[in-house]
Amino acid sequence: MNTAIQFIRAGAFALLLIFVAAAQPAVAQQAPNPTAQSVKEEQLLKALQPGSVISGRITIPDGSAATLIQPEGQDWRQFHQGTLPIIGAISIIGIITLLALFYATRGRIKIDAGFSGRTITRFGGFDRFVHWLTAGTFIVLALSGLNLSFGKFLILPIFGDAAFATLTGYGKVVHNYLSFPFMVGIALMFVIWVKDNIPNKLDLDWIKAGGGLFVKGVHPPAKRFNAGQKGVFWIVAFGGVVISVSGWFLLFPFTGGQIVGDQQFWVNVHAVLAMIFISAMLAHAYIGSVGMEGAFDAMGSGEVDENWAKEHHSLWVEEQKKLAGASPKGAVPAE
Amino acid sequence: MARVKFLCDADRCIECNACVTACKNENDVPWGINRRRVVTINDGLPGERSVSMACMHCTDAPCAAVCPVNCFYTTVDAVVLHSKDLCIGCGYCFYACPFGAPQYPRVGNFGSRGKMDKCTYCAGGPEADLTQAEYVKYGANRLAEGKLPICAEMCSTKALLAGDGAIIAEIYKERVTRRGYGSGAWGWKTAYKDGVAL
Repeated sequence: MNTAIQFIRAGAFALLLIFVAAAQPAVAQQAPNPTAQSVKEEQLLKALQPGSVISGRITIPDGSAATLIQPEGQDWRQFHQGTLPIIGAISIIGIITLLALFYATRGRIKIDAGFSGRTITRFGGFDRFVHWLTAGTFIVLALSGLNLSFGKFLILPIFGDAAFATLTGYGKVVHNYLSFPFMVGIALMFVIWVKDNIPNKLDLDWIKAGGGLFVKGVHPPAKRFNAGQKGVFWIVAFGGVVISVSGWFLLFPFTGGQIVGDQQFWVNVHAVLAMIFISAMLAHAYIGSVGMEGAFDAMGSGEVDENWAKEHHSLWVEEQKKLAGASPKGAVPAE
Repeated sequence: MARVKFLCDADRCIECNACVTACKNENDVPWGINRRRVVTINDGLPGERSVSMACMHCTDAPCAAVCPVNCFYTTVDAVVLHSKDLCIGCGYCFYACPFGAPQYPRVGNFGSRGKMDKCTYCAGGPEADLTQAEYVKYGANRLAEGKLPICAEMCSTKALLAGDGAIIAEIYKERVTRRGYGSGAWGWKTAYKDGVAL
């Protein structure tokens, strides 16, 4: 019995030795490599498409935290600190230079026939309210916006860190709040004026004549709005919509897209458009005030001089006179 | 002066989130804000790796460049800090940050952004060191106490390293040489323009 057990033991031991001997070289050949399939940062960065991010899974509720690295932040920084200020400076300094040149060569555009002393109602109270609602909020929005882009170079050195941060902080709050009346103004403006701003053949002639802006005594006929004013209307309409939509997505982050790249896109759209918008409105403000005699009254008192109206909106004056008989005083406001 | 950095050895990180918890506790981080987080890449697949990420305290930091009120500053240890007194919560630093570090408490109208909060490398803020005012706004100032950031100190597998960039890079290189593999110093190329050569 004993010998039988010893025999089995010896046999099992021998078997074990054979197994171990057989297994040994195999183990040596297959050295464990736990990283054979592991992700490496270098690979991921190389494989990264422009505008995409390295992301994974996260166990906290904030889904945007799953983005590990977004190298495009550096690109946005380049745009924001390099390209955008250049676009802004060129468009704003450019338009001011052009307006100064225009003023130097053409001077203030006078009413050729002089003031008649008789007035005609151009814009009623509601038109003017809508205009100044939009214009007033636009000015504050533009200044607080420009402050974000240029303030730290132009204003911060004068007032110092603390005062400038306070000013800019209030600027942000004001910018957020006034965006709503501005959007209301844009919408109302579109509704009340769109019917008179549809482009037609008359506008081509007006543009061919340069609007009479560059030559004294030339006054191409125009209805309620000439081609230049229609241009301003459509700039405000399209610009207003795009700036409102992009601004909305900035006001309520991640409603315009899920990732940081979308926020970068909307802030770029908002900023570039704002620069161009501001330049266009500078030109509009110039010709509506300093640049042309009698023009400001349209949005000031709403009553324009009859001679001014005849020179710049000849067909509109005729329409108004037809509507109200011979007396221009009794004309129906252009609403 | 040392140029301090973070380095997460992803081959050691076990996604325990102790760094996240320790950070929240040490700095009394506001609700809804995570100064540090652990992201798992290729989760559930062979070779998945987890990386603990926070502010990398970049060289020539993009957040500081885009800030409209210049509220950022860099300490002698190359830690990127900011002043919550100056910050207006515009969100630009979040757009520019490659690591998603800046976050904003939702306060005020429309749930708009409050003052930005981010990892301070446990180095407090512009207030006088180790004061209550500093703690309330920025959390602990362990550097002033001669200690390293709590996240790295707490790391159970010593995956997360903090300290002089040159020294932690050496430690990491030595590990990689010894064990024969390494997935890289995550974020270093983006933050400092050069990674760790392996």
